[in-house]
Amino acid sequence: MTTMTVNDAISAALAEEMRNDPTVMIFGEGVATKRHDLLAEFGPARVRNTPLAEGIIAGTAAGAAATGLRPVVDLLFAPFLCYAMDEIVNSAGKLRYISGGQFKFPMVVLAMTGAGWGVGAQHNHNVESWFVHSPGLKIVMPSTPADFKGLMKSAIRDDNPVLVFADIALGYSTGEVPEDAEAIPLGKAAVRREGRDVTLVSYAKTVGTCMAAADTLATAGIDAEVIDLRSLKPLDEDAILRSVAKTGRLVVVHEASRLCGVGAEIAALVAEKAFANLRAPVLRLTGPDAPPPASFPLEQAFVPQADAVVAAVRSLVAEPATA
Amino acid sequence: MTIRPLDPVQALERMMLIRAYEETLIDLHGRGRAAGTCTSVGQEAPAVGVVSALTADDLILTNHRSAGHLLARGADPGRMLAEVMGKQDGYCGGKSGSLHISAKELGIVLTSTIVGGELALATGVGLSRTMLNQPGLNKPGIVACFFGDGAATEGRFQESLNLAAVWKLPILYVCENNQWQAFVHRKETMLADGIAGQAAALGVESAVVDGNDPLAVFDAASAAIDGIRRTGKPFLLEAMTYRLRGHFEPDDQGYVDKAELAHWRDRDPILCLRARLEREGRLTADAVAAIEARVRATMEAATAFADASPYPGLDALTTDVYA
Ligand SMILES: Cc1ncc(C[n+]2csc(CCOP(=O)(O)OP(=O)(O)O)c2C)c(N)n1
Repeated sequence: MTTMTVNDAISAALAEEMRNDPTVMIFGEGVATKRHDLLAEFGPARVRNTPLAEGIIAGTAAGAAATGLRPVVDLLFAPFLCYAMDEIVNSAGKLRYISGGQFKFPMVVLAMTGAGWGVGAQHNHNVESWFVHSPGLKIVMPSTPADFKGLMKSAIRDDNPVLVFADIALGYSTGEVPEDAEAIPLGKAAVRREGRDVTLVSYAKTVGTCMAAADTLATAGIDAEVIDLRSLKPLDEDAILRSVAKTGRLVVVHEASRLCGVGAEIAALVAEKAFANLRAPVLRLTGPDAPPPASFPLEQAFVPQADAVVAAVRSLVAEPATA
Repeated sequence: MTIRPLDPVQALERMMLIRAYEETLIDLHGRGRAAGTCTSVGQEAPAVGVVSALTADDLILTNHRSAGHLLARGADPGRMLAEVMGKQDGYCGGKSGSLHISAKELGIVLTSTIVGGELALATGVGLSRTMLNQPGLNKPGIVACFFGDGAATEGRFQESLNLAAVWKLPILYVCENNQWQAFVHRKETMLADGIAGQAAALGVESAVVDGNDPLAVFDAASAAIDGIRRTGKPFLLEAMTYRLRGHFEPDDQGYVDKAELAHWRDRDPILCLRARLEREGRLTADAVAAIEARVRATMEAATAFADASPYPGLDALTTDVYA
């Protein structure tokens, strides 16, 4: 085991995959400047800076992916994906299908998002559900360094376009990463904590929020299970349904806005497939329908906090379960 | 440089096949058998001239007005018609329809009907040519990217040329300047008389050619391709031509200036080449009749093939979304 940050885990995954496969390369604005260790090891052909033009960066990745390379592009901050929307959604996401399966698009799009840096709504916007809604794409949003490394490796090896969103607040968080970390399959959730009374489903930084809430709830005798989705598409439906079958209660927690967010999908899934298991209404704790603000207190208020998760659970679990 | 000459009689036959294909589609459309389609009537010369100058290892990207490019590359008109009709034997299994037919087996890799989409993908295909062009990995080849004057008003045009120049990507950009951008004349959307002038500012060499003369296009494309192969640098070729029919079927062209249309009808590339060859004694009336008979037989067989092809099974609705 080594202790490393999320940022280092992403770099480690990139280096290992570039070592394994000569067709893997990375480019983006400042990529060669910032990832100088990759540049030193793999050279300027495979580690490139680009002009400031997100659309052509993503389009170049799609064209390269369809004709034999495995590009990784760093588009910096999630709101900038709007400039690359056509290439990601209309080209990388659709041209396999449109062409009747003639092409595949093994590419990875990296972007940061989330509250924590006070940079405001044009750098921080959790847009992951837009892409979940677009066919042909896979979306990953891990919460631990080990998962970032393992899922990044899978994303690079996958034959489909994969978007990897990195929560800004997690970038410098540390965690244990196994030295010989294997790729973690896309579409498998992780049970972070087992419990009997309520299921907390989350991803990215709010997994930590749910873990903190579960600690508080435990002191009140409420036993919360915490599920970290890790992949938003494919979604690990089984993990969610299995847990709800056990607990009968579900709270979904994410930072992205509520309307048509991932939480809405999970609530609908449980209503369709596990209604009989439910002992209480499904609750969602999410960001509001507002652009994320810069001011620190407002930015924090945007994100569901542990005390709100505790209060939501307490509203569902009238009587703490007896052991 | 060694340029294979283009046999003008063969070029004429190819152009006549393209015209006959489009006329077949127009007829099928009139009978409700083919969904709205953008024909290339009047633009046969850039297709035949440029594609004839490519070798089998070169790759092509194109747009919504692609029938000429496909047929010039040797595509089977039966499979193209089947695609337009949404049939199983179409190049894309019926999932593309007329607007974005790709045929990987012919090196027609990626076709986008998002105007400018092909420009954003071309750099990636160029990049994969340079990255894979190593001993043992792949054959060298260049990329030809066809687009319209309207696409050149999208920002991706500038982004694409700029990146191709900076990264030295082996791309022949072919602008088919047919004077129209759907229902808007190019004079309404740009002050310059064409788009080639923009290339120099980006460090890309360019040339303008009579896009109604396939032999002139062939010579210009051959010289450009030879330069690309030698230097690895991109080149922009602007072929001045005209869209003799409407933007799509049906379109009565009521908005088109009558004098302009008459001027370009007099310059119909097929009639002009035929008259020239007859004048020069290189084509007899019998030879023309023989070509017409061959083209007619080809289109009859193609139509019969497409008619006989079944629709795809409904399970195809959700296949080839993911690799
Ligand atoms: C992004 C986008 N905007 C608009 C359209 C609708 N549209 C299809 S073709 C076309 C005209 C394109 O003009 P040009 O690039 O000159 O090509 P041409 O049709 O003349 O061959 C338009 C506006 C589209 N398909 N994609």
